[in-house]
Amino acid sequence: MSLLVVNDLRVEFKTPEGNVVAVNDLNFSLDAAETLGIVGESGSGKSQTAFALMGLLAKNGIITGSAKFEDKEILNLPVKELNRIRAEKISMIFQDPMTSLNPYMKVGTQLMEVLLLHKGMSKADAYAASVRMLDAVKIPEARKRMDMYPHEFSGGMRQRVMIAMALLCNPKLLIADEPTTALDVTVQAQIMTLLNELKRDFNTAIIMITHDLGVIAGLCDKVLVMYAGRTMEYGKVNDIFYRPSHPYTEGLLKAIPRLDTEGEVLATIPGNPPNLLRLPKGCPFQERCHRVSDICRTTAPELTGFHDGRLRACHWDWEEIEQGREA
Amino acid sequence: MSDKKLLLEVDALKVHFKIKSDKSWPWSPALNLKAVDGVSIKLYEGETLGVVGESGCGKSTFARAIIGLVPATDGTVVWLGQDLTKLPARELREKRKEIQMIFQDPLASLNPRMTIGDIIAEPLQTFYPELGKVEVMDRVKAIMMKVGLLPNLINRYPHEFSGGQCQRIGIARALILEPKMIICDEPVSALDVSIQAQVVNLLKELQTEMGLSLVFIAHDLSVVKHISDRVLVMYLGNAVELGTRKAIYSNPLHPYTKALMSAVPIPDPELERSKTIQILEGDLPSPINPPSGCVFRTRCPIAGPECAKTRPGITGNDDHAVSCLKVAAV
Repeated sequence: MSLLVVNDLRVEFKTPEGNVVAVNDLNFSLDAAETLGIVGESGSGKSQTAFALMGLLAKNGIITGSAKFEDKEILNLPVKELNRIRAEKISMIFQDPMTSLNPYMKVGTQLMEVLLLHKGMSKADAYAASVRMLDAVKIPEARKRMDMYPHEFSGGMRQRVMIAMALLCNPKLLIADEPTTALDVTVQAQIMTLLNELKRDFNTAIIMITHDLGVIAGLCDKVLVMYAGRTMEYGKVNDIFYRPSHPYTEGLLKAIPRLDTEGEVLATIPGNPPNLLRLPKGCPFQERCHRVSDICRTTAPELTGFHDGRLRACHWDWEEIEQGREA
Repeated sequence: MSDKKLLLEVDALKVHFKIKSDKSWPWSPALNLKAVDGVSIKLYEGETLGVVGESGCGKSTFARAIIGLVPATDGTVVWLGQDLTKLPARELREKRKEIQMIFQDPLASLNPRMTIGDIIAEPLQTFYPELGKVEVMDRVKAIMMKVGLLPNLINRYPHEFSGGQCQRIGIARALILEPKMIICDEPVSALDVSIQAQVVNLLKELQTEMGLSLVFIAHDLSVVKHISDRVLVMYLGNAVELGTRKAIYSNPLHPYTKALMSAVPIPDPELERSKTIQILEGDLPSPINPPSGCVFRTRCPIAGPECAKTRPGITGNDDHAVSCLKVAAV
């Protein structure tokens, strides 16, 4: 049985300029101890997906579809019930470790609060558990750090505190929304190593939301590529990287400058990301796609399954893309 | 390399800031924050110097000190034989025709109440007030074409453009004076991958076309590798390694450069999972109170007792120089 099954998830925002569909009919499932990467550029709806699952959408957001966590519907739950799931079963770490900790509270108090509220622990137990968790995320002198305020920590340390806080109740699913984007590469490497160890030691399932394909390559088992709120393709990490089946994924992979290769001119995806208020008819990627044909301009491609559980949304024949790569 | 014309020579540039400690008495002396502590570079005509390092290493301050946006505490910045640090403000201003800058946040660096035509024309109007309106508009349109913006967008406002387009506007504004050198302070960090590639390619094209020299600051080593001829690696206000792109990327010598390179994730699952990452322990020390001797010694895997005593100077030649007591450039 899958831990999380998301079916036809749709997130729509009412704005004065019209309705914006930020996430459009998303489907995926996640097993225990599995890691799913959601990759996409800004405005592709990857963060809104996470917010929708956690019930954190802005007030003008409307969610439809279903998301079943351990066979229980979690979308549109009342806050009281959601609070029981959040932190205990599912927890989340955010992009900006500077602003997601309370600057007025000592780090120790913030950590203990989670346990006092959710687990009803005694203060002494909560203190001991918090110190243990700070140790687990490799914060040196954990006891001393409990009495410090967030501003006394560096960016990487703050992200560790966030991770420690998210793991306090031993959740089954951790949603990480761009956890390393605001950090330096050496700190990013520390955090990624930490997440890999958590996967191994705590059996936590992770949804990793990022724009960095390098991060995905190092951590994830499955990858969901999003563009303009839709799934472009979905599959195992090796399939996505070595045999991309969608022109967008292909373009994305070629556009990244890499340390391990020599290349003079970077391949680019021409044009700009589409405006979600004025999406073109048909495929959302058509204006930037080098394989565009007439049908792409009139009909949006359906997400269809092929080859060993992969999904893709493209009118172009997969075999032709495959052959094009071999040639 | 030496047959090219030397444009810029920075020698032992220091930028120190006086700051008040929040715990001190009002009469206690100010603390000294060493943002840049003796960095030297040479930049030849038509070349790109990439500056990499993590946040707080002083790379932006270094670039700003070159152009005079922050005062240099010590050292010289020699631009075509003239020391910019000693020039009076009026003459320094004239030099800005030759040295322009592109900033990190594409939208924040454009005035939201000006049309992009006015934004791009502003440097021309400032430095060449004698130019007629028609002439200015013609030049603006020409430069917009050059950076890949349609001239019919000239009366739009910055908020109507996407991040990548805003960065193109910033580039157009820097180019309109036909400078010899452009300082790019993290020009692609705020952009999406697909747009980042467009802007990097544009900068390279413009460079060959107009013979520009670039100082390209970024924290992303792969982008720097792509665009630079020579690379400077900085750590805590010091130059740790400096050399040609090939020397730095295929044969990194300094332990910090090595750690930095190994930390960059590779977008290839098998390579990424099989590589060994050299994790740097601990955090960046404070530039107010940097470690004695070598500034990297507190996190260095090969540091010895002598590293705490002696501060390594940068040794080597034009092609590859390193600042470490334990390794020497060949």
